[in-house]
Amino acid sequence: MKYICLGYMEPGKFEGMTEDEQHAMFDECFEYNDRLRANGHVAAEVPLQPTETAVTLYWKNGKVATTDGPYAETKEQLAGLLILEARDLNHAIQLISQHPGMKLGTNEIRPVADLSEIIKESERRRRKDTSR
Amino acid sequence: MDDLLEPDWLISTARFKAIDAMRRRARFDGAQRDLVAHMESRANDASGKDEDEETGDEEIEDDRLRLIFTCGHPALPAEGQVALTLREICGLTTEEIARAFLVTPATLAQRIVRAKAKIRETPIPYEVPTPQELPERLAAVLRVIYLVFNEGYSAAAGAEVTRAELTGEAIRLGRLLTELRPEPEVIGLLSLMLLQESRHAARTSPTGELILLVNQDRSLWNREQIAEGVALLEKALKSRRFGSYTLQAAIAAVHAEAESVARTDWRQIVALYNQLVRIQPSPVVQLNRAVAIAMRDGPEVGLTHIDAVLEHGELPNIYLAHSARADMYRRLGRTAEARSSYEKALALTQQEPERQFLQERIRQLK
Repeated sequence: MKYICLGYMEPGKFEGMTEDEQHAMFDECFEYNDRLRANGHVAAEVPLQPTETAVTLYWKNGKVATTDGPYAETKEQLAGLLILEARDLNHAIQLISQHPGMKLGTNEIRPVADLSEIIKESERRRRKDTSR
Repeated sequence: MDDLLEPDWLISTARFKAIDAMRRRARFDGAQRDLVAHMESRANDASGKDEDEETGDEEIEDDRLRLIFTCGHPALPAEGQVALTLREICGLTTEEIARAFLVTPATLAQRIVRAKAKIRETPIPYEVPTPQELPERLAAVLRVIYLVFNEGYSAAAGAEVTRAELTGEAIRLGRLLTELRPEPEVIGLLSLMLLQESRHAARTSPTGELILLVNQDRSLWNREQIAEGVALLEKALKSRRFGSYTLQAAIAAVHAEAESVARTDWRQIVALYNQLVRIQPSPVVQLNRAVAIAMRDGPEVGLTHIDAVLEHGELPNIYLAHSARADMYRRLGRTAEARSSYEKALALTQQEPERQFLQERIRQLK
């Protein structure tokens, strides 16, 4: 099963650390990620740039509008995500709870949805439309 | 996961060998072994690494027993015991267990996380109980297995298929424990589960309605399971150290061997309930005894016994008493009283198959 782990962190928290602390944190996290990868638990890793770089798109008055910054202005912001390959939800919880990055913030674990049936149905609908 | 499982083994020997090798290494390292980490690595190690090292069978069996006793430790909450047992011993995933228990995976995952935290904090020793502790600890483990079985057996509507897996898992656990620790009550519980499961095909109609024992088509009963259950029962009875599971199995066996309701040996069933009431004087057992007495001596006598249970006991499923009472009135031809008792029962249960059954009975009385 694949699980997405969304890592949230308070902006500035990492920047507020000393260089030595930052290096230690990087080393610990990368070492743990290496272990996850070596055991086949990492399907993808996606670190993100700071929230200032974000652009949010939304629908307004019948067209797309944009604003600077993240969608939700919360204390902790999405900092990166990891797609885990785990046996079940408790396995995913166990793998993430041992991650050194846990010390920096909050992690949300969500199972990946299987849309294959819905997609197949949609394809059937679309085929019917074109045959008309 | 399933490809790891040989038909009659819950966990492949190879995996146990790997775990034992790991444990020896841990000992060699002089590191303090963390039980939870040990359990996790075992549950998550789906690759089942095969080790060449020879490991004594005894050590493998010890490891299984330790795991069973740890998951069913009385210090853990009951739901945690069940969830841990199914995940760590049966190898079910969090999602599968959640589906069977009709809760979200997130809820079930937290039960497991909490149970593991409790094992860490208490701390619960990873060992086979001493002979002094064994009866109590074994009783706790048997309760977990029977809980799993009953959860599957009293299937809620709409989820029958996944819940049927639970009865299968419980029987497999019963077999494993019988193999590892063939105590009379362990054998008795396995016998009881097999005898109850033997009626599976006859218990519900094609449209999902519940069919009572007395109305079941006995040709649908699984003869193989009955034969195995009866053979186990005889073994447990011979020990003369049996308890409530064996007695319940004995009652189930009397039914299993009867051609029809009329030809059932109700005297023997009442005698067995008399014994069962002595060691397990719960209102549920007393109600069942009252119904058996009614079968032996007639509904009038049955009614007085049921009323006595209603007066004294706090019945968890009180609708059962009203339903039984209604049945006595029905057999006595006292239609109005029968109907009002069925209605009382109907108002007291939410279980859909039960409700359908009661509604059908009320319809028949109109």
